[in-house]
Amino acid sequence: MARFAPILPEIILAIGGLVLMIASAFVTRRGAGLISWLAVALLIAATVALIGAPSHAGPLFDGLVVADLFASFGKAVIFPAAAVAVIAAHGWFERGTEHAAEYAVLILFAAVGMSVMVSSTSLISLYVGLELNSLAGYVLASYRRHDERSAEAGLKYFVLGALASGILLYGISLLYGFTGTTSFTGVAAAFGRGAPTLGLLFGLVFLLAGIAFKISAVPFHMWTPDVYEGAPTPVTTFFATAPKVASVLLGVRVCIEALGPATDAWRQIVIFAALASIFLGAIAAYGQTNIKRLLAYSSINNVGFALIGLAAGTAQGASSVLFYMTVYVVMTAGAFLCVLWMRDGDGEPIETIASMSGLSQRQPGFAFAMFIFMFSLAGVPPMFGFWPKLLVFDAAVASGYVALAVAGILGAVIGAYYYLKIVKVMYLDAPAEPYSRVREPVQGALVLFAAVAVSPLGYLLIGPLGSLADRAAETLF
Amino acid sequence: MIGAIAFYLFATLTIASSIAVIFARNPVHSVLWLILAFFNAAGLMLLVGAEFIAMLLVIVYVGAVAVLFLFVVMMLDIDFASLRSGFTRNLPFGIIVALVLLAEMIVAVFAHRAGPMLAGSEIPAARVPNIVGIGQMLYSRYLFAFELAGLILLVAMVGAIVLTHRRRGDTRTPKAWRQLRRHPGTAIDLVRPGTGEGMKL
Repeated sequence: MARFAPILPEIILAIGGLVLMIASAFVTRRGAGLISWLAVALLIAATVALIGAPSHAGPLFDGLVVADLFASFGKAVIFPAAAVAVIAAHGWFERGTEHAAEYAVLILFAAVGMSVMVSSTSLISLYVGLELNSLAGYVLASYRRHDERSAEAGLKYFVLGALASGILLYGISLLYGFTGTTSFTGVAAAFGRGAPTLGLLFGLVFLLAGIAFKISAVPFHMWTPDVYEGAPTPVTTFFATAPKVASVLLGVRVCIEALGPATDAWRQIVIFAALASIFLGAIAAYGQTNIKRLLAYSSINNVGFALIGLAAGTAQGASSVLFYMTVYVVMTAGAFLCVLWMRDGDGEPIETIASMSGLSQRQPGFAFAMFIFMFSLAGVPPMFGFWPKLLVFDAAVASGYVALAVAGILGAVIGAYYYLKIVKVMYLDAPAEPYSRVREPVQGALVLFAAVAVSPLGYLLIGPLGSLADRAAETLF
Repeated sequence: MIGAIAFYLFATLTIASSIAVIFARNPVHSVLWLILAFFNAAGLMLLVGAEFIAMLLVIVYVGAVAVLFLFVVMMLDIDFASLRSGFTRNLPFGIIVALVLLAEMIVAVFAHRAGPMLAGSEIPAARVPNIVGIGQMLYSRYLFAFELAGLILLVAMVGAIVLTHRRRGDTRTPKAWRQLRRHPGTAIDLVRPGTGEGMKL
């Protein structure tokens, strides 16, 4: 049994998911709520189970996965984020969807996939984890199948995701063919033997292209706005948080553990993706009238900043990526929870930015929460969202990429415009039709928590979170 | 000797049934001939010692792909006579494709005779049969990935049901408990009608 102690979180989620899956086949529509809360409990239990062996047991299953602090750090962000996505769906699918209970089950299985992604040290477990997460994602995107936009989002995500998986697999097969091994250490050893051959380089490029799709970095971002807009809002909340962290952390581990000796080869790709994501995310968001589309571009933009930390290629850079993604998840989850409450008189969701006009006079608390999230996402100094941006730029400067940091700061300034535009619409424009009140105390508490965490009070977290991220990043080197 | 007989038996049947696939008038017959071709190809694989591929041919191609073909052929109302009418028009293109394939096969045979491409990359002789080898790897070294692959298939199944299943009002589902509770005392009425009186229901 001791052999399985390091994968206790995954076991809890997988077995719990199986039990809930069977239970959800029998429950009525009202029982779906109970299943969701049980799923949240399982995710919390899995997070608690990270303490101990799962954080430091080392390589497992002949090097397929590893239990180290880096993986645990990722899981400690991913599991609560997945739990938030389950809570976000409370009261959303019960009306008009027959299979409300299976939503939580699919999130649980996706969480297993994500936790394998962040702890994989082999190309095989990397792919299997990624696919488990993606497959659940395809289903979730088209969860409201009677809604045309949701069905379209699911189909688009599936077709493009399958293509990306194909590209990723092609890269994996090239790397395997030219190194003769699937383990990250073996691949790193092959890259360490002098200049990489053409085959290895092609494998590297394809592998990174597949990962870039999953983190929706430019130029593989095209699916993001459409899928984020079409998918039901709780699902969008999920896509923008947990899988994003998992994919970014997977990218960090692949770049540093497997492709470490070829840093010069991947750095140029990462720098290009980072800058392209920052600028495209900032500029393309200008004309958007739909808040979910706008937040999709915001997520593209944010991934760009995280990639700057990766481009540094140092432990400091990896640590800044961890820090960045943690704060990013809190800000984004908070913003999406606010979007969930935008309902018209009949309780139907509204997504236009115009409907937020004059929100501060109608619902000042709601408007103030959104104000904090927008300022924090923009990285305006008093808010906590400023600090992780500073960290990634600092990491870039420390490894000599001053121009990269300057370009990033420029992009941050351009991107700030559209966040501030929302604040302007909420605070300075004439009031529009009021939203109907939503009674969701747990979601309200989560928004409050997120708003406090990213407010200037968040700076108290710098010490503990920073040292944890530093220690987690050091396990990679 | 027996090996040679088996080879010629399987090979002849494979070619014969493949030709029958093309020439059968009825598409359902074509699929059935295709299944026979798969079985014989599996036999050929067994003869060269690739048991795993033989099993795959039977399980995947016969069990899944051919059955799928059969369903498609039976469910779609395709007029195959009209499809055939373009035969002469498509013939030149078909011949080109066939020639390319033939050329590739010839090249492949010669390349194979020239020896392995990279020095030292000869496959060592197997100590265990390959199904045993694959099984040992799957259940020891790659157990974790294997179990996860199972979860992936489960998610695919759950997804397919969630996205397509709906409760319809007009279906009659069996109520097992009520069926089991029936017993002769309540379900059967024994009547003995008198002669010439007929029966009242």
